Amino acid sequence: MMNTPQQVKNPTSSLKSRFITRFLGALTKINAEDPISSPSPTRIFQRYRRIKVASNKSMAYSVRSRRIWSRAMLSRFRSRRSAFSGRRSSVKTTNCTTINVTINENKTAKGGLDMQTDELRELVPGGEAMDVCNLLDETAHYIKCLTTQVQVMRKIVDFCHLSK
Amino acid sequence: MSSRRRRESSRTNISEEQITQLLSTLRQLLPEIPHSHSHKASSAAKVLKQTCNYIKTLHREVDDLSDRLSQLLATIDADSAEAAIIRSLLI
Repeated sequence: MMNTPQQVKNPTSSLKSRFITRFLGALTKINAEDPISSPSPTRIFQRYRRIKVASNKSMAYSVRSRRIWSRAMLSRFRSRRSAFSGRRSSVKTTNCTTINVTINENKTAKGGLDMQTDELRELVPGGEAMDVCNLLDETAHYIKCLTTQVQVMRKIVDFCHLSK
Repeated sequence: MSSRRRRESSRTNISEEQITQLLSTLRQLLPEIPHSHSHKASSAAKVLKQTCNYIKTLHREVDDLSDRLSQLLATIDADSAEAAIIRSLLI
């Protein structure tokens, strides 16, 4: 499993190396800011949260704004940050509600495939505002990125086990 | 009136082709399920359902791996391990 042949240079390999660099940098930072000696359960839980966010952030930043789903994810991170600092991010939310109203009207007109994509729209970042073609295209790319995420994280975990 | 209907149906046919193509792209990304009845034309609903389940599985895996990493990070030394990992992963 670890020795998957990667001789063919495909476009996802540079995405993968960008993700690896970012994610490892984030992990080093998290490791440096936490005391290694006595990990209490609360500390470990906080670290788990930070690692998960770092993983998703690293992937979104590696894709940058080339995809609707990554743009949606990045704006989610930014609005979360500004919410913590107390500033209002009302512009983004108003846009979303107007878009949602239009989508609902289209749903009742089209029916069929639109109804079945409801669940998928909730899973893919930014899915609520996409038309069906975009949704399917973005989903394919999102799945590819998720599998890369999982692949890299698994390798890191395996390596940690080996170096014990 | 009939010309308008013809125009509308041709428009939906084009987008249906696109959708079928996009769905088949998705189907190729999904892991194979051995026990599913392999009708060549698995319906759009099935592909969408499988896609949703697969995305949920991937989310859960990221969760689980983050959890394991949070416990493992405590036990490794950052500097030397990181350099070695980068080397081994990027090869």
